[in-house]
Amino acid sequence: MEQRKGAAVVIIGGGVTGLSAGWWLARSGVDVLVLEKNIVGWEASGRNGGGATHVYSPFGLEEQRLWPQMDELLGYPTEHQPYRIGVALSEAQLALARRWAEIGETRGFKWELLDRRQLKELVPIVGDNAIGGTYLHFGGHANPQRTVQAYAWALQDHGGRILQHTTVTGLTTRGGRVTAVETTQGTFGADTVIIAAGPQTGLFADMLGVFLPLAPARVEMIATEPLPLMRHGGVAGNGLYGRQTLRGNLVYGGGPHEWINVPDMAAPDHPNTPLVRNLARRLAELLPGAAHLRVIRAWGGVAENTPDGLPVIDRLSSPDNVILATMSSVGFGLSPAAGKGISELVMHGRCLFADLSALALSRFADTPPDWRERAGWISTSASVAETAARGSR
Amino acid sequence: MDFDERLCRRDCRPGLAVTIDKRSIAEKAPRPERHVAVVVVGAGAAGVAAAIEAARAGVEVLLIDENPVDNDMMAMDVPLYFGQRMQPSVRNRALMMERVVETNPALAEAHEAGVDVQLGTYVWGAFVNGPTVRELPGPMLGLADDRRSWLVGYDRLIVAAGARDVAMGFPGWERAGAMGANGAVSLLTRYRALGSQRMVIVGSGDLGLRTAALALESGVAVAGIVEVANTVRGDEAIARSLAGRGVPLYIAHTIREARGRVGEIDSVVLVQVDESLKPVAGSEREIACDTVCLALGLAPNVELLHLVGARLAFDSALGGWIPELNDQMQTSVPTVFAAGDCTGVHDAMLADPEIARTQGRLAGIAAAQSLGAATPPKIPLPHRGRGQGEGAVHAYWRTWLQSLLHAGGWEVNICQCEEVTRRELVDVKPPRYLKWESPQMEARSLDTMLRDGPVNQDQIKRLTRAGMGPCQSRRCREQVGLLLAQAAATSIDRIPLPSFRPPIRPLPMNVLWPTDEPAAMREDWVSWFGIPTQFSPHWEAGMAIAEPTAQTRLILSDE
Repeated sequence: MEQRKGAAVVIIGGGVTGLSAGWWLARSGVDVLVLEKNIVGWEASGRNGGGATHVYSPFGLEEQRLWPQMDELLGYPTEHQPYRIGVALSEAQLALARRWAEIGETRGFKWELLDRRQLKELVPIVGDNAIGGTYLHFGGHANPQRTVQAYAWALQDHGGRILQHTTVTGLTTRGGRVTAVETTQGTFGADTVIIAAGPQTGLFADMLGVFLPLAPARVEMIATEPLPLMRHGGVAGNGLYGRQTLRGNLVYGGGPHEWINVPDMAAPDHPNTPLVRNLARRLAELLPGAAHLRVIRAWGGVAENTPDGLPVIDRLSSPDNVILATMSSVGFGLSPAAGKGISELVMHGRCLFADLSALALSRFADTPPDWRERAGWISTSASVAETAARGSR
Repeated sequence: MDFDERLCRRDCRPGLAVTIDKRSIAEKAPRPERHVAVVVVGAGAAGVAAAIEAARAGVEVLLIDENPVDNDMMAMDVPLYFGQRMQPSVRNRALMMERVVETNPALAEAHEAGVDVQLGTYVWGAFVNGPTVRELPGPMLGLADDRRSWLVGYDRLIVAAGARDVAMGFPGWERAGAMGANGAVSLLTRYRALGSQRMVIVGSGDLGLRTAALALESGVAVAGIVEVANTVRGDEAIARSLAGRGVPLYIAHTIREARGRVGEIDSVVLVQVDESLKPVAGSEREIACDTVCLALGLAPNVELLHLVGARLAFDSALGGWIPELNDQMQTSVPTVFAAGDCTGVHDAMLADPEIARTQGRLAGIAAAQSLGAATPPKIPLPHRGRGQGEGAVHAYWRTWLQSLLHAGGWEVNICQCEEVTRRELVDVKPPRYLKWESPQMEARSLDTMLRDGPVNQDQIKRLTRAGMGPCQSRRCREQVGLLLAQAAATSIDRIPLPSFRPPIRPLPMNVLWPTDEPAAMREDWVSWFGIPTQFSPHWEAGMAIAEPTAQTRLILSDE
């Protein structure tokens, strides 16, 4: 295979986590190359709810600190908007919304409990079915499509390189280190490799003899025609995540996921199911004043989860120049901080602003190989093993 | 730690051999309320013929057509480019239903043959199992009328969804009265509700000439036919007859702008073009009209075929992306057949509906046969030719686009819904409402994007929003593709097909929503996976592996 110009840091995966890490590295002067099999942000990174309110994460404080600066730091618009409003249609939903708010409070953020009247003032399209809500003076949301492109462009502006339509096929290991990344476009030498390949991160770990338990699942979202802008677009509840975009569209997801198998992702057609109807119903219940709005599109995406739903951000002990990075299906909002943390892992050997010990791979040392079957995190009509055998190269 | 127990505590159902994640779609995938052996989508010449043949072969057939389309949908230029030229009578649903039936006598024949005919019914989605969807009980369509949506399962699907107008913008094309020829024909014939007194027709192919003739017959004055090429493109006999009836033909002309009172077209300004398609100075001519009817050509409606996963191929002579078909009108998906204009449209099909009818018959017979119905008589293979050898329609569309660029400039909206100009498209500018300016953004353009890979319409759509509006890119898809191809110095067939997403008809949430939602769907619904540790403070020691707290239990049961 043709030897191509490598980089100090080669990042496998042009999703939001890899791009952010690459951007932080590039702006620190590190020579970076991102390898993306399709187009940057083409999978879950560019097709999610855009939420940026994850104060329960070790990256949470830095997430909150960074988002308001991101447009300026990147030089491109992310459409970040501050504040979140939680709408509750039942006591249980209110308890859940309060729980999120209280986690924020423990980290020093302000919030208000809203009665129905106060809620209606902020969100005129909620209905009489709402019992109240929460008004978070923290958190927010941004446009995933615009943000992934912003990372990619900003990374290039700092001298980093991105190769799209480049599929990684193998990792060359020598002397306990990965020395090169093999792709459909040639082989690229590397001093450090970051594997941030979403659901495929586990496959690459596997190539190195490392077990990273990941289960991908398909999830769906809908978007309506635009509605005049509300005071805050970050309104969610009733089992939905999402937002009103700055264009005015209501964009929401939630509900049942479908566990799938990694080799099945080869056909990236992002299908929907009739679940879009159920999503429309939940959204109309959440915002009855908008029930007449037309749904103009729906889409699906694939997100991966670890067994406990927490990220794995860790430097392997062997080979010792590889960093695994999966955000376990919650990567977009945390990306400014997660990317920064990963860049510090590369440059300083550890994250300087947060304790990432909860995200270590070692917590899965005892995880049995058939963990997905045991958990029921499988496609019921095709076994994981069968599909893996079929899809193995 | 006991891994097994940790994962299964919330989800394991005692007595089940297989552990089921209750938060997943397993065992609660939406089911169709009805199942039919053969569903035919579209009651045009091809669809009705298909339905009749399949029914005569003894198979249960459901024939669906969205006409009469409700007024709100028409106002969004869905499914056709109606251009706000509907008479108020289109609001009278009963009257429109009567007319749709009356003007399509074959519907009665279908009914006689035992076909279940459902009019005024939208097909907004097709859902099939595939690599990443395995839980559906079978293939199904999403249907809806004005009040509700429902699901119908099928064994065989015949798509006869027709074609829609290809539009090209010019200054003032946002005004009421800019419309498509198929939209005009539909309003003239099916609805008898075209609200136009005097139209200028753009394009002198058979579509334009036939629309002009039909308009004259219906009492609509035709103030002119505009053709950018140096000769009339369509049937000479029709052209002569139109000229004989006093219809002026403006050869080697293009549109400079449409003018009028607020929001209306009262006149159109034409300008002659030279060999390089540039306006000839002093050749402007203003023509009074209330309608500018775009008859540039038709694009096959392949949305449903795309959604079921049928392989599509690009054939410019047949209007662009069309399904790959075998000689039984069967797509690459064995359960799905296609017939009529949606399989590729050319001038001969406009002149002779028998071509579409034959395709439909063949599809109907093949679908019935594939279900084990008795072998019917052989019919000759339908003509699916190359029109009249005029070759690529896209070259013709490109010519129009060039002339309109020269005459109208780069500040014309290419996407009306999202108000994106031609310049903003090729400069890949973020939408105006962001009011974003930065030196970095200024330095980005399609050219810089091309360094990173071939042009992709979906990617540009996400960044500029061209094609992201309520008309679901019906008015801009082709012109956006052509302009991007030109700016990228490539040809449109090399640009990947921009995606189609359900619902392929924009439907209100309170129509789309299910009234038959199963209890489990509601009870087990969570916003995101329902993994108890996922949204708990990660720094609480052992949180990821410990028994969920009372509070995290609340997260679990957020209903």
